[in-house]
Amino acid sequence: MGNHNHTHNFTEQFEFSGKLKTWTLIAMVVGILAIAFGLLTGQQERTYANLLLMAYYFTCVCAAALFFIALQYVAQAGWAIGLIRIPQAMSRVLPIAALVLVIVSASGLLTHNLYHHWNAEGLSDPASPHYDKIIAGKSGFLNVPFFLARLVIFLGVYSYFASLFAKYAEREEMEGGLVFYDKSFKWSSLFLVIFGFTTPIWAFDTIMSLEAHWFSTMFGWYNFAAMWVSGICTITLIVILMKKAGYLSWVNENHLHDLGKFIFAFSIFWTYVWFSQFLLIYYANMPEETVYFYKRWEPEYLPWFWLNIIINFVAPLLILMARDSKRQMNRLMVVCIILLCGHWLDYYMMIMPGTVESHRGFGIIEIGVAVGFVGLFTYLTLNQLSKRSLVSKNHPFLEESINHQI
Amino acid sequence: MSNIKYILGHFEDPDDLMHGIDKLQENNVDIYDVYTPMPIHGIEDKLGIKRSRLGKVAFGFGMTGTITAISMITYMLVIDWPMNIGGKPHFAFPDFIPIMFELTVLFAAFGMVGTYFFANHLAPGRAPRVMDLRATNDRFVIAIDAKTNTAHDQIDNILKEAGAVEVKHNERKYVSYE
Repeated sequence: MGNHNHTHNFTEQFEFSGKLKTWTLIAMVVGILAIAFGLLTGQQERTYANLLLMAYYFTCVCAAALFFIALQYVAQAGWAIGLIRIPQAMSRVLPIAALVLVIVSASGLLTHNLYHHWNAEGLSDPASPHYDKIIAGKSGFLNVPFFLARLVIFLGVYSYFASLFAKYAEREEMEGGLVFYDKSFKWSSLFLVIFGFTTPIWAFDTIMSLEAHWFSTMFGWYNFAAMWVSGICTITLIVILMKKAGYLSWVNENHLHDLGKFIFAFSIFWTYVWFSQFLLIYYANMPEETVYFYKRWEPEYLPWFWLNIIINFVAPLLILMARDSKRQMNRLMVVCIILLCGHWLDYYMMIMPGTVESHRGFGIIEIGVAVGFVGLFTYLTLNQLSKRSLVSKNHPFLEESINHQI
Repeated sequence: MSNIKYILGHFEDPDDLMHGIDKLQENNVDIYDVYTPMPIHGIEDKLGIKRSRLGKVAFGFGMTGTITAISMITYMLVIDWPMNIGGKPHFAFPDFIPIMFELTVLFAAFGMVGTYFFANHLAPGRAPRVMDLRATNDRFVIAIDAKTNTAHDQIDNILKEAGAVEVKHNERKYVSYE
């Protein structure tokens, strides 16, 4: 029951310095070296595919953090307020992530390293020998100006909302009161509607249009599920690592349990959407649809295809089903790491067969680019996190979060 | 020797109830059970109640459903009456998954309803086991076994001091019997 005499230090701040900072910078250098290596050894397409993968992953994780914040407001949920600084820091990084993704997509598009399936000379010109009737039919939607405009507008709107919630959180911290909570609630409702309708299109554009002949209406939700699972995993992983470093004394196994339930539930949801897409295509057996899985069942992709399901479905299902696993920090941390790697593989399976096709690889470029982006994300997020206290002390639900018990 | 079987302490407020539990435990009085009209956070830990086995039961029912589904479909579509559907193999496993999923959910749901009725004596034809009717309405009730805890006056005093609005000495365990 109401126990108001806790002894937490709400003014504590995260210190971002020393070895950790050095390592994130080293990781970024590794990333740049890997990109340079890829471009200089004539593997432009593979490098661009990896850049797209990690830029998209990076943006998705930050967007999922923004979605998490908005969801807490709209659901009027209190349990996560003790750890809300972490998604807040991640959503503050969203504008930079969005910029990176726009640069990667636009430069890939204009240099014909990405999206050349629909963006090439003469595809929609009936007189040309390269004329492609299907692509020509889609050219009203898939053309360079409209594609770039959509990407910039969507990511710009998300970034605007991220800065709006950041501003409200900041002013709530300074001035207190319920005004900013109410404002955040109102704008969160609008944001969720916009986000819900635009993320599928965002996924259609950035990932699905790599193979422009093929289409699937499930693809948007499939990507959304992947985004949400990896976002929650990132939040949970940061919370656990912060707790291990001695911060966030007010976050206990009850909060981890809720995060674990989210991870468990949305891993199942991911599988549900993945399987819905697969089953319909398998059952209908129409050539224009099965081509997607045909490519992924080629010998060079087949093992990864199955590994994807094992990592992202079987692993969280078996490890996280028991109540105790969700409440134990170490076990949850292992699952988070497995799933973050798993969703890298998931994006890999979405992107690579449509770009590098049979010239698939897993080497310096893949690992280097991934390490670089992890370093960039860690650096930016922890930098944001270190700028303010680790709890929003004027949030109306803070007390509820501290007394959370399940 | 008195015929009192159970001592019931009535509280009006969950905070008083928790205080009463503390007081009884301080005086080494065993609590038989606690009845409340609503769930109270942390009461299971305080009373040392073991974790519910409902999860394992649900898993068992669910697996029964899965196995029923896979064996049923395999018998029908592979062994008894194989048909060519869209050129697929007879054992077209992806097609079976939705049915396996549905039967898992169905068996788990019905199994849990049955378990709930069984465990709570709510099946048709059985009288519910209620120690005090007001515990289903507006009172928070601590029940103490009067046969094993013989210092009745002392228990009465502890309960009253902790804020009990009423202390009952019951000669029957339940208000109703089957």
